[in-house]
Amino acid sequence: MITAEQKPIDEIRNMIAPYKKILAVGCGSCVAECAAGGEKETGALASALRMACKMAGEEKTIDEKTLDRQCVRDFVIQLDDVVKDYDAILSLGCGAGVQAVAEMYNEVIVIPALNTEFLGETREQGLWVENCLGCGDCMLYYFGGVCPLARCSKQLLNGPCGGSQGGKCEINPDVPCAWQNIIDRLSNQNALERLEMIYPPKDWSKKHGSGPRKIVREDQQK
Amino acid sequence: MTVVSNLKKVLEEGKFAVTAECGPPKGADPEAVIKKAELLKGKVDAVNVTDNQTAIVRMSSMAACSLIKSIGLEPVLQMVVRDRNRIALQSDILGASALGIHNVLCLSGDHQSFGNQPQAVGVFDLDSIQLVKTVKDMRDEGKILGGDPLSKAPDMFIGAAANPFADPLAFRVVRLAKKVAAGASFIQTQCIYNMDRFEKWMEMVRDRGLTEKCYILGGVTPLKSPGMAKYMKNNVAGMDVPDELIKRMQGVSKDKWKEEGIKICVETVERLKSMKGISGVHIMAIEWEEAVGEIAGMAGLLPRPVIQ
Repeated sequence: MITAEQKPIDEIRNMIAPYKKILAVGCGSCVAECAAGGEKETGALASALRMACKMAGEEKTIDEKTLDRQCVRDFVIQLDDVVKDYDAILSLGCGAGVQAVAEMYNEVIVIPALNTEFLGETREQGLWVENCLGCGDCMLYYFGGVCPLARCSKQLLNGPCGGSQGGKCEINPDVPCAWQNIIDRLSNQNALERLEMIYPPKDWSKKHGSGPRKIVREDQQK
Repeated sequence: MTVVSNLKKVLEEGKFAVTAECGPPKGADPEAVIKKAELLKGKVDAVNVTDNQTAIVRMSSMAACSLIKSIGLEPVLQMVVRDRNRIALQSDILGASALGIHNVLCLSGDHQSFGNQPQAVGVFDLDSIQLVKTVKDMRDEGKILGGDPLSKAPDMFIGAAANPFADPLAFRVVRLAKKVAAGASFIQTQCIYNMDRFEKWMEMVRDRGLTEKCYILGGVTPLKSPGMAKYMKNNVAGMDVPDELIKRMQGVSKDKWKEEGIKICVETVERLKSMKGISGVHIMAIEWEEAVGEIAGMAGLLPRPVIQ
């Protein structure tokens, strides 16, 4: 999923300062899973902002609405009838959600309430970890299901570097060495020989070498 | 392709090689480079010039290499893959060869979070092994990545680093084998303080036949104080300093620290000289270039051979 965290409240207040009527729009997908922009968090942020504005003597209306998916137009259209009633939309979607709303309502001010972070997994309650770069050419088979591009601090395809000690990365003892993990997993699978070959330079044109990416699937189009 | 590297000639002649390290200044002063290099003249076969080591902005390695060459010393251009993509790296290899720099050491580089530019993007477009292979193909095939031909191939003696003290130990040798297969002809190791571990690693390196395929230069760094030993043990990535060594440094009075540090270093060099498969020593006397000649002299490695 896409993970995100809420921006500091002061930053949000500065961005919404010029506007009187604001609609906080949450998203029930990834950002709900990572407890940043779901219905619950949208309600909490809207209340916190209402409270802060009241204390500061500012007159503002802050309403809230959560869409199932903010990055899919079929869901965003639920805002069609209400956007005209507001000066600005405060989006608790990821960067894709914010932009999907902005693209649909050209005349509306859309303000991001979250910082979008990474593609990752929920490892345990309250812990999300990055494990995919979206490189466009998955190599997980070769590395025993551990991505060196996303999880090695130096993105080494032929690791580990000389900074791996005791299973930890040189940058911080809290960071596990992805390469130690790769070696351990392939060793358990009797497939260590996969690491004897020299992996050639990555073809980054499949990520950002050819400008913004898109997927076109004619079989899916109406 | 005839490589004109003096370091290569010394190693091929079977002489025990001596290299040292020179860190460029945090400024644009050419005299700072030349002053350091003068201290190494006649004491070593080649001088490694570090590439923004510990991710701190310094004068470029290529410029400092050129300055060092101008006073008659042979430079080894260190190149890290942290700061440049494949276009810039290949371009710099061509530029280095054109400037008469004919040794390169291909490295990953310390992570950018260590230095004074922690907000920088880490490029890591190639890794160190891919860089070795890229330089080899430029030299031997006259081609850049993707296959385009060069109007003139660069002339490079290619090296890489090995850290016998990083984990996992067994895989360290596999990775060295990959570096050699990629085209590394010489290897400079991380500073050796834990000789037991180093010998264990060397045994594995010999068993894999790698000492027949590359020249291994053991890395040494003289300790200046017990504090430095402790700092290296606890704060420098990939370093292994045994407690006995720290105790030995603590056991002498402050005015004898440097002397003891040099003594330990010479003992290490002596052991390396007699170790099967070791072709030389790489003396990294950090901000203490005067120590290089002293260590080389005490270890019986002076004068350096002159090879035509």
